[in-house]
Amino acid sequence: MNNTVLYILFGLLVFSALLTAMIKSTMKAVIALAVASVILTIIMFLMGAPLAAVFELSVAAGLITAIFVSTISLTGSTNSDQTEKNKKRLSRYIYLPIIIIIVAGIILITKPGLDFTSVTKATEDTVQSTIWHLRNLDIAGQIMVILAGVFGVVILFKERSKN
Amino acid sequence: MLSTIFLIVVLLYIIGFYYLITTKNLIRILIALEVLTKGLILTLIYVGQLTGQMATAQSMVITLIIIEVVIMAVAAGIIVNIFNHTDSLDVREIFRKNK
Repeated sequence: MNNTVLYILFGLLVFSALLTAMIKSTMKAVIALAVASVILTIIMFLMGAPLAAVFELSVAAGLITAIFVSTISLTGSTNSDQTEKNKKRLSRYIYLPIIIIIVAGIILITKPGLDFTSVTKATEDTVQSTIWHLRNLDIAGQIMVILAGVFGVVILFKERSKN
Repeated sequence: MLSTIFLIVVLLYIIGFYYLITTKNLIRILIALEVLTKGLILTLIYVGQLTGQMATAQSMVITLIIIEVVIMAVAAGIIVNIFNHTDSLDVREIFRKNK
């Protein structure tokens, strides 16, 4: 039963990722991306990564969607390719589903030998002990990255001095 | 089961790369990067399950998500600034105006 749910979710994930490329309106593409994030969250939860799934849901599905929506409203561009005709745009993306179907067919037919079992045994470390003891330098790196992002955004939106 | 995840990861990478190459809109380039990141996150979880070290995989995914959101915020700021200067989001038009 669990596997069936996962297969359906995988299909929905690829479909929503395809929609982000195929939809004409940028706002709808962003909403499709948020839906893809939510589906990925459920997949991660079912695959045994609940903490990362919570991060994905709150940050990727929430914060990044808010950033995109605010960017779209600041630039006022709901339609991405306003200068181009619909037919031309469709002709650009019509190959994508075809390529997807061909590659999926090739992989399903050839079945590359990746169904091997675990190479090493699962450690009993919890995520907390891994983050705080094993990879504690990552925390410092993350703080630096966040600070760099904050200063970058502050400089980008700083009012230009009137010379 | 695991080969299905491999298939989905490959498909997400193909969609992301095709989208990144084909689109001319700056916001859509960011969306394409997001799709690629989704594939990368699924790869990390897949490798974590394959090697049985889900705790390390989760901590790396958390780091990846934080880097991703910072990149998106800064890139969105740059795009808004570009739009204020050139009044366009089309890459070709921006190049034409800057010549």
